[in-house]
Amino acid sequence: MKSSRGGYLIVPLVLLLSMLTLLFSTTSICFADEDEDRAPGRTMADQATKLKKLWITVDHSRIEALKKDFRSGPEVTQACISCHTEAGDQFYQTIHWTWKAYKDDKGHQFGKGGDSINNFCISADRMQDKGCLSCHPGWGKKTEAVNCLNCHGQKQINWEESFEDLGAFAESDDPEEQEIADEIRGNIQAAVQSVIRPERQNCGGCHFKGGGGDGVKHGDLDTSLTKPNKTLDVHMGTDGRNFKCTRCHTTTMHNIAGRVYTRPAATDRKSLIEDDLATKITCESCHSSSPHKSESKANDHTDKVACQSCHIPMFARVNPTKISWDWSQSGKTKDGKPYTTEDEFGKHDYMTIKGQFKWAKNVKPEYFWYNGSIRSVTAKDPIDPSKVVQVSHPVGSRDDKNARIFPFKIHQGKQPYDKVNKTLLGPMLSGPDGYWTTLDWDHALTVGSKALGIPFSGEFDFVDTTYVFPITHMVAPRENVVACNECHTRKESRLTNLAGFYMPGRDKFQLLDSIGWILVLAHLLGVGIHGLTRIFTHTNGRNGGNNHA
Amino acid sequence: MPSINKVNMYLYTRYERFWHWLQMALIFTLLLTGFEVHGAFPFLGFNEAVDVHNAIGLTWLVAFAFFVFWVFTTGEWKQYIPTTKKMFQVILYYSYGIFRGESHPVPKRKDAKHNPLQRLVYLSLAAFLLPVQMISGFLYWGYNDWTNWGLAWLTLDMVAFVHTAGAFAILIFVIVHVYMTTTGHTITSHVRAMVTGWEEVEEGDVQAWEKHGNRRPTA
Repeated sequence: MKSSRGGYLIVPLVLLLSMLTLLFSTTSICFADEDEDRAPGRTMADQATKLKKLWITVDHSRIEALKKDFRSGPEVTQACISCHTEAGDQFYQTIHWTWKAYKDDKGHQFGKGGDSINNFCISADRMQDKGCLSCHPGWGKKTEAVNCLNCHGQKQINWEESFEDLGAFAESDDPEEQEIADEIRGNIQAAVQSVIRPERQNCGGCHFKGGGGDGVKHGDLDTSLTKPNKTLDVHMGTDGRNFKCTRCHTTTMHNIAGRVYTRPAATDRKSLIEDDLATKITCESCHSSSPHKSESKANDHTDKVACQSCHIPMFARVNPTKISWDWSQSGKTKDGKPYTTEDEFGKHDYMTIKGQFKWAKNVKPEYFWYNGSIRSVTAKDPIDPSKVVQVSHPVGSRDDKNARIFPFKIHQGKQPYDKVNKTLLGPMLSGPDGYWTTLDWDHALTVGSKALGIPFSGEFDFVDTTYVFPITHMVAPRENVVACNECHTRKESRLTNLAGFYMPGRDKFQLLDSIGWILVLAHLLGVGIHGLTRIFTHTNGRNGGNNHA
Repeated sequence: MPSINKVNMYLYTRYERFWHWLQMALIFTLLLTGFEVHGAFPFLGFNEAVDVHNAIGLTWLVAFAFFVFWVFTTGEWKQYIPTTKKMFQVILYYSYGIFRGESHPVPKRKDAKHNPLQRLVYLSLAAFLLPVQMISGFLYWGYNDWTNWGLAWLTLDMVAFVHTAGAFAILIFVIVHVYMTTTGHTITSHVRAMVTGWEEVEEGDVQAWEKHGNRRPTA
């Protein structure tokens, strides 16, 4: 090829080379093999959670105080407290015992032992609905002394029955019955002496079964987490890190961190490097706020999108969870008798005493701005029954600096409210006056309202409600993470409901797009017509027009 | 029609040709991945499309810096000085004369490669549309650093609007530009010129106003 600038040939060649180098160096960074090295957040978390060797200096089976012939729960409590002198005083202050969170400025007592309402069994009626107390950490359905072994016992036995039987057989002169008594005594002592730090089954005994059964409430907490594999939960997986609940839910004076009930649980998102005594361990505490590889776009999301939003693609992945509860359908009978029906999961979808349920598995969360607070309606707050009542709902907005997009399980409810006072009602459910015995709403609501100390006009109806659970457990392995285009997409974006900001791939300016595409088509048409005209006039190219591109 | 002599002329230097085709490849990839990110069609997948778009976009910024350097050091910028002289004739030619086989009113020359219409279009492109696209694209890419850059008042929808509008404008330019390459001496002569550098053009004198030295052409 001839060149009028042969002498300067070197210049474009160098330019070309340097540009190509740049081109490939930029792209090669972006396409670096993801498996080549680990995300820094994983390495940090590994360092933060290196196997902590906790040693034990007490063998509880050798403690004299625990070798007694225990005849009641409180005697066991006394034995514990004889050494752990402050434990009881500490524990009686905690929400695990009081079931009371805090009072707002209107004097409303939040907490299930207070004025709080949910859309499952609705209210504990200030601890008077004894059915609820099966999860209260006392002995049986009494709230006198704490059953330390609820959380610290390795062997779970039926304490009430055991003490009752022991009481009966021990007094007998029959040697056979004495033998049975000895056996029960042995079982009780063995259970009292197998003291542990709380394991999954201790926490799970209540938290996996909240709402009266496995997976009823949370959706990300059920018995599948007792022995999960890594696919279900990368942290708790017995084939992986094998974390116990207490690995993240740290404890100070028996106050257990991690509650997201009402108040901001973690306003400051600290890493353990900043504060290794942080009471609440969040994802960021171990993984840092830029856990992905430095060039990853995912790091740019952590200021507005919670880790959980992408890393928990679905909840209830093994066991189903309850997604709706319609109390208004309760009370139907077959041949005058209460009945139940089961759904495809083998779960009750109708119970005369409770109403209609819906269960679901592999549920996609719903997403909301969330600053760590949940706003909830108590039995004393006025409601607007013409709308769906948000019994609890995450607080936060895009403008809130502390708020991030967070995944939630929404539980739909239909529950009784007072048509005159415009408040939600907490029926008494268990016991002789309870709805489950009488199937009489009027009576159950009257008794429940009395227990709650709120007025009941006598006129009630059912209102649609929602209740939220933050989804934070069941963190999936990396390969199952939510893909970019599950949110960044026009149709069926996971974030369809979040408005007020522009999201690439999801949003567009309709007018701009319409005008843009119309102009594109018009120009295509224009050059098409121009070209066709040239062909039909048979001139261009033959007579040698010398035009410009 | 009188026959016109043609001469083979070296119009495009090596760098110019390289830049043109590199630019073509970059713009093509950017349009493709950009409109995918915009949700127009599925192709690489959102994640990949974003990565490619970002990488190519940054490459473009660097490549464009080289172009700016080239255009000023070689004096080629003078080819972009706009003029209205013969503008009307050029418009008339493309809307009428071309169908009658008339000669182009402003033939290409080494030191005057662009007709008045091209000068206007390419100047708008190089001095306005492409910079707007590069600036809005760079801002889009740097979204997370806006606060650090003192741009907290910006919102993503403003930037996205400008960037999308620019993309449509470039797409429309590409459509017309690609079509116009077929209007040469033969269907492919313009394209071949951009590949080899050589084009057969009509003989004739370059008018004074078209030349490099004349910065202020008389209208």
